Amino acid sequence: MSMDVSTDKKTLLTPFNVVVGVILFLGLIVTFLRFTKGLAGVTNLSDNNPWGIWISFDLLCGVALAAGGYTTSAACYVFGLKRYHSAVRPAILTAFLGYALVVLALHYDVGRPWRLPYPIFVQSGTTSVLFEVGLCVFLYLVTLFIEWVPAAFEWLGVRKPRDVIVRMTLALTIFGVVLSTMHQSSLGALYLIAPSKLHPLWYSAYLPVFFFVSSIAAGLSMVIFEGTLSHRYLHHKMDATYQGEHDGVVLGFAKGAAVVLVGYFAIKVVGLALDNNWKYLFTGYGAWYLVELLGFVLLPAILYAVAVREENRCLIKWAAILTVLGIVLNRFNVSLVAFNWQLPAADRYFPSWMEIALSLFIVTVGILIFRFVSTYMPIFYEDERFKEHAPLDLHEHPVKPHPQGFGH
Amino acid sequence: MDNVFYTLQDFLLFTKGAAYYLMGAALLGILGFWLFITGRDEETFIK
Repeated sequence: MSMDVSTDKKTLLTPFNVVVGVILFLGLIVTFLRFTKGLAGVTNLSDNNPWGIWISFDLLCGVALAAGGYTTSAACYVFGLKRYHSAVRPAILTAFLGYALVVLALHYDVGRPWRLPYPIFVQSGTTSVLFEVGLCVFLYLVTLFIEWVPAAFEWLGVRKPRDVIVRMTLALTIFGVVLSTMHQSSLGALYLIAPSKLHPLWYSAYLPVFFFVSSIAAGLSMVIFEGTLSHRYLHHKMDATYQGEHDGVVLGFAKGAAVVLVGYFAIKVVGLALDNNWKYLFTGYGAWYLVELLGFVLLPAILYAVAVREENRCLIKWAAILTVLGIVLNRFNVSLVAFNWQLPAADRYFPSWMEIALSLFIVTVGILIFRFVSTYMPIFYEDERFKEHAPLDLHEHPVKPHPQGFGH
Repeated sequence: MDNVFYTLQDFLLFTKGAAYYLMGAALLGILGFWLFITGRDEETFIK
């Protein structure tokens, strides 16, 4: 008995718990300072740079990396690739938490957070792109919540409302795909208003298309990346169906990501040609643009292609990490690095340590909630009590893993 | 690349011409890319 107690004490002081504890502690301090001293007390934001790292990372990256929800559910329910069914719930949970944390981060970032519902319920600016983003994110967050809630009902053992929502799966998926298509692209469209502030290599009339297409690659890569991490740390929570389908999901999504990335590379180069921006490639910003385009778009596309051909899961994992980093880099470049590029260095923005700490705090909160939900609720496994009610008759016709993935 | 354009017509002719060439190249490139990715799948099917 005493040995058990000492073991428990040991397990509490793991490196993970210590790091998480420090981040949460710092995050709570910054939260207190933010809501007592205002934005000026914790951020380096100014009139020149009213949008900082909380928009670049928490919002732009958060939304792009949560795209796994709509890509996975569209693949499974709209395109009928039912062999990816076991990946839907983890992807929906990741997306739901991602969007919920985007909204949480917005509460820190806007001057008067209690007025966040105003654009939707009080004073709609229907001609504004930002209104469309706000409305879509609001509606999509509700949609993701409804898509996720059957897992909670199964956990609680509540059958009736769970069955009603499961019957709405296809409608919810289509609604989610439409909303995602709209706001993923609109986040790029936000920057169309600033052609004189954004460097010509990143500014393009096709920014909405770039944001949307890159979000698909980000979503597919995040599902692979998150699946790899889950396999490592939550393996004991996965049932045979999930484990059996996992390899097919990884190979199929890697193939999809390779094709999307190479298409994204092609439209980025066509975008350069349409604006005749070749001359900028031979400047400092051009070198940085080439790092992004060649190192974080073309390289992962090639790595994915080779890995799919060789069925090399380790290489797929690295390609997924590179793609995720590439999307983060792109969003940072558009919203921070190449934004206000003509201002003197003294007027440029660099985040304060408290802004960075708060972003880490929000990511950590997301990881903790994901771990809690996937530990206690049927995310990586199916609840035995509800198996006969699963959508699309998957259990009457069990699906074997398909090594070829997309395209067959 | 450092062409001087005196009219919008000149600019569009140049940039759209370049874009058309690139789209043709992209079409062929993506086709080759797809054949590369799926090459082994066909071998599996033949077996």
